[in-house]
Amino acid sequence: MTQPVFAYILYENGVADDTALELLTAAAKLNPDASISAIVAGSGAGLDAVCNAIAASYAEVWKIDNEALAYVNAEVLRGMLVRILPQGCIVLAAHDHFGMDLAAGLSNKLDAAYLPDAVDFEGIENGKLKAVREEYGGQVSTHVLCDISKGAVITVRPGSFAPDESKSAGGQVLDKTADAMEGGLPGGARRFLEVVAAEVGDVDITKSEILVSVGRGIEDEDNLEIVSDLAEAMGADVSCSRPIVDAKWLEKARQVGTSGQTVKPKVYMALGISGSFQHIGGIKGSPFIVAINKNSRAPIFQIADVGIVDDILDFVPELTDKINEIKG
Amino acid sequence: MEILVCVKRVPDTSENEIEINKDGSDIERDDLVYSVNEWDNYAVEEAIQIRDNVGGSVTVVSVGDEDAEEVVRREMAMGADKGILLSDNAFEGSDGRGIANILKAEVEKGKYDLVLTGAQADDGAGQVGGMLAAMLDWPYASLVNSLEVVDDKTIKVGREIAGGNLEMNEIDLPCVLSIQTGINEPRYVGIRGIRKVASIDIPVHGAGDLGITPESVGESGAKVKRIDYFTPELGEGAEILEGSTDEIIEKLIELLKAKGGIK
Amino acid sequence: METVLISPAKATIVGIPTVIFSLLIPLVGVGVFAYIIAMRLKPLVLAAPDQRFDHFTQRLLNMLKYAIGQYRHLRYTDAGVIHIFLFAGFMILSLRSITLVLLGISEGYVLPGMGGPVGVAYGILKDFAGTWILAACVAAMVRRGVLKPERYAVPPKYGKDHTWEAMLVLLLITGLVTCDMVFEGSQAAAQIQKGLKTELLVPGTGTWFATHILSASPLDRLQNLHLGAYFSHEMIFFFFLCFLPFGKHFHVITSLPNVFFLKLNRGTVKPVQWGVADDQLDDLESFGVKTFEDFTWKHMLDFYSCVDCGRCSDNCPANAAGRPLSPRFISVKCRNYSFAKYPLYGQPVNGRPLIGNVLEEDEIWSCTTCGACEEECPVLIEYIDKIVDVRRGMVDDGRVPQSLQKPLGALEKRGNPYGKTAKKRADWIKDLPEDCNIKILEKEETADVLYFVDSITSYDDRIQEIGRATARILLTAAIDFGILGPAEKDSGHEVKRFGEEMLFQELRDHNTDEIIKSGVQSIVTADPHAFNALKNDYQGLPPVEHVSQMIARAIKGGKIRLKEVEDNGVTYTYHDPCYLGRHNGLYDIPRDVIDAIPNLKRVEMSKCKDRSFCCGGGGLMLFYEPEEEIRMGNLRVKMAEQAGADVIVTACPFCLVNIEDAIKTSGLEGKMEAMDLVELIERHMVHDTGYKIQDA
Repeated sequence: MTQPVFAYILYENGVADDTALELLTAAAKLNPDASISAIVAGSGAGLDAVCNAIAASYAEVWKIDNEALAYVNAEVLRGMLVRILPQGCIVLAAHDHFGMDLAAGLSNKLDAAYLPDAVDFEGIENGKLKAVREEYGGQVSTHVLCDISKGAVITVRPGSFAPDESKSAGGQVLDKTADAMEGGLPGGARRFLEVVAAEVGDVDITKSEILVSVGRGIEDEDNLEIVSDLAEAMGADVSCSRPIVDAKWLEKARQVGTSGQTVKPKVYMALGISGSFQHIGGIKGSPFIVAINKNSRAPIFQIADVGIVDDILDFVPELTDKINEIKG
Repeated sequence: MEILVCVKRVPDTSENEIEINKDGSDIERDDLVYSVNEWDNYAVEEAIQIRDNVGGSVTVVSVGDEDAEEVVRREMAMGADKGILLSDNAFEGSDGRGIANILKAEVEKGKYDLVLTGAQADDGAGQVGGMLAAMLDWPYASLVNSLEVVDDKTIKVGREIAGGNLEMNEIDLPCVLSIQTGINEPRYVGIRGIRKVASIDIPVHGAGDLGITPESVGESGAKVKRIDYFTPELGEGAEILEGSTDEIIEKLIELLKAKGGIK
Repeated sequence: METVLISPAKATIVGIPTVIFSLLIPLVGVGVFAYIIAMRLKPLVLAAPDQRFDHFTQRLLNMLKYAIGQYRHLRYTDAGVIHIFLFAGFMILSLRSITLVLLGISEGYVLPGMGGPVGVAYGILKDFAGTWILAACVAAMVRRGVLKPERYAVPPKYGKDHTWEAMLVLLLITGLVTCDMVFEGSQAAAQIQKGLKTELLVPGTGTWFATHILSASPLDRLQNLHLGAYFSHEMIFFFFLCFLPFGKHFHVITSLPNVFFLKLNRGTVKPVQWGVADDQLDDLESFGVKTFEDFTWKHMLDFYSCVDCGRCSDNCPANAAGRPLSPRFISVKCRNYSFAKYPLYGQPVNGRPLIGNVLEEDEIWSCTTCGACEEECPVLIEYIDKIVDVRRGMVDDGRVPQSLQKPLGALEKRGNPYGKTAKKRADWIKDLPEDCNIKILEKEETADVLYFVDSITSYDDRIQEIGRATARILLTAAIDFGILGPAEKDSGHEVKRFGEEMLFQELRDHNTDEIIKSGVQSIVTADPHAFNALKNDYQGLPPVEHVSQMIARAIKGGKIRLKEVEDNGVTYTYHDPCYLGRHNGLYDIPRDVIDAIPNLKRVEMSKCKDRSFCCGGGGLMLFYEPEEEIRMGNLRVKMAEQAGADVIVTACPFCLVNIEDAIKTSGLEGKMEAMDLVELIERHMVHDTGYKIQDA
């Protein structure tokens, strides 16, 4: 019998996570013959609507509705999933702040294999899944074989699979709350308190149409001027990658990435940004990406539309001058 | 508070282009230098700060061959009280679960209130902490970016989540946490510090000492195995603009105008 | 000589002989003074050792030059002139003061040898001295009170203004000389009234004026003035003496020994602990300066000797750039702390760590060790050694900024701060023309001269040009040379100066072995930091030269011929690298080399030679991210602009990086250019010898 595949879809702030439909593609790539179900956990009025919406894509949606999940706590959810998941199944989740909290321990509780942060699947042979992972910040890729014969928990890197937008499943929503709660509420040793919002900066880059984003290649705080000059010339806002925030050169609110802001601009200029997946994970929609980096092997060139191999410290001021010249 | 910090020796990749060897079986290691995994270093600093504030001791443990002793020693020079090396031929080829299994055995030998790991490693994917917690049946929190000891039974941790927000949790001890960079500013360890701890004996525990059956770890116990390395395909990526700087700028401005990139 | 007025040795006041006061005041004054000094010496006894008792003659000569000769004072003309007059006056009046004390005990006392014409001559001299001291005091008060030179200001973060103290002391000095004038003048006036002989009265002196003013006063008033002036003088004199050790005027006492004990070997850094050999360093409990007593006694004496004149900070580039460092206040803060910790009565107060209480981390990391402060200090206070010592303490405690931890880690693991692999260290020679064959001194290969390249020239894309230009110059000058290539590691110059002594020693030992093994006869380098390291920090190496010295010789010997300046519409200026100029005294040679290019027009910046303004610092300083208002390099470029220069020539890779950066960020790109001396020479070299020498 083919192992069923379950995709855990994060329901947060009243909406399903962007990866919901990516996981569907991933599941189909993993095993086209398997039955694919979604699991959505949460509480409150919006949950049903989200489950129904997901049912358009997934043949089956398992809903867990409990007020203890109003803010989903991986410790609680893990205990519930162990109760309801069939033995030997495959669980997919996004490799994000929640997946990283949930998955490793879940694999253990299910006595299943754990394959973290997969970016592609290349078929199953003799109960072993061949998958692709990245190491050393994306500088090299590896093939791994994962023994999924007794089940597996797999986290998938956000953005690695194109979302399946077909919405042709016409699926049904099954309420699994009662099964999940059998034996009481699990995971009481970790209690959610609150979310402390990051300090809001003077600009909301999530609403910017054009972003001039700067990374480690700027080398020095004083050089940031050339970036703001270009942004001014283009009518853009300035954003950045994590190292710039870590160095305290720009405020956290300007950071693009999985641990920063998710942005949806029309045009994204990546200046001296190598392009780690955590950074790229913060760029949504399909902006026109221009990458300028002196390292021709920087991963950013793989996702950019246009690349320029040059030192930003030399190139950017010239570009700014030219734009200003044209604008008069 | 008795704290155990799990550290890993990894190639220092910050300034180096990693290259793959000829047959794709490994990365080119000849010119590599190794150091402690950056995230683990933050975890050790955090442990030392907790100890300095509330008392107790910090033990650093690493699974690896004899070379891993170097990073254990470095973290001891940083201020950890004790170091343990978990080393055995049977451990070679362990996957994340195997490593967690080995660590679990060591944790059970002691009386720890808190086990810290780094959130991830350059050559890993942040799995050991979560597995270890599950094996021990201890609560777990990943991506911890702030930590405050409430009393001897609970601590308050902040997890770094999307948007740079901090998810605050209260968590009972004993527990396992994986530490995110930026939680503190790790102190410097100089040559002198390392020399000071050069002669301290670092016990080595093997499978026998830990009561681990060799089949449960190492190559044989691994469910996930790396088969090869390869360079990610280029080509489908960016159209690289060529020519003189002026030509490139001209082309780029045309493209930007077309895409609405110049207001 | 018959005298009209009764002397203080013979007089009585309400029946009490005044000689009692003449005895009592000095006794009490000297006693209290001795006690205060003993208390002030307490921390010096507990301090770390220092080796300052060698080279007696040299030290004596230094004392004559800097202390007695006031050698550095005229670097600031106004204050310098005033100080020299005050100082000279004080020296002259010291004899008079002793005489005065004794005059109160024994009437008409004359110091041995002062009876004849010598005494008369001295009398004239001291009358003049007293007068010019009075004038100098007035001038100083006007400066302090009215003109208020900027460098005396005390920013709020460093504490309170010290003007009152300066004013009080000036008033005390004024009082001293005035009292003496009245004492003598009243006597002379009385003598004249009685038609008796007086001491020689020199017209125009204060005593002469006093005599004239008092000439019509009745005798009893003159008698009162005579005694009053005498005892006022005594009181002021001993009060002043005891007041000195309470503040900046301690220098009156300490600066002589401080100059005597001055640091003789410039360019070096003191050992971690005097008397502890390198191989015993591992046994030390603690490294560097963490508490006040970790300073050496000489460094404490430095604190006591600071006059708070502000010349150091006035020349400190870090201070000018708005970094949280002002060397003057390192001394002032430490002195205040010392006084507070070692009170005049009672037990010393429990000590606190210096960092966080007296000094701040950023303050200590802000120093580029350029040496401008030390070059300026009239009493030769040392700052670099102290700063390095405090850094050693911070490194030992792990308190190193994150921005510096990475390059330090890379230096430890790979021998360069950039984390590049050793095998790429000689890659810069690949871009040389094919006929430039550079030897790599390994295995059997040897050469006469080693070109020590160092990390930045080996790895930095732009700076590699300096390496290539140097190589071409050496080839043209037909010098048989080679490089260590991958076997070379960073010289460790800044590693040492950033307080990581043990890492420095590892680098030093490695390089020393490699250099000795290479069998070269001498070493040349184009990097002043490497030059200083090899010359002053390393030991037992063949002689080391900076490339400018070698070029100068080659030009003189006709081995390098230079053509007419490329563009004679361009004005050049030369920026002195700190470790070439101030630390090693090479000011003229690089200038001679530049001037050897026919028709080259060169101007000097206002701050040049030993007052050169640091461009921002080299080595690890490039990685440090200081708080500052403006970059030093930008200030330097502005100075070049003001001097009317189009091209800044320097002779240091780090200067080039900083200045090129500053030209860009000052918006002067295209208007101003920076280049290294070797690049300038290489451009103007007549190539006719070819590069074949290496194949021979």
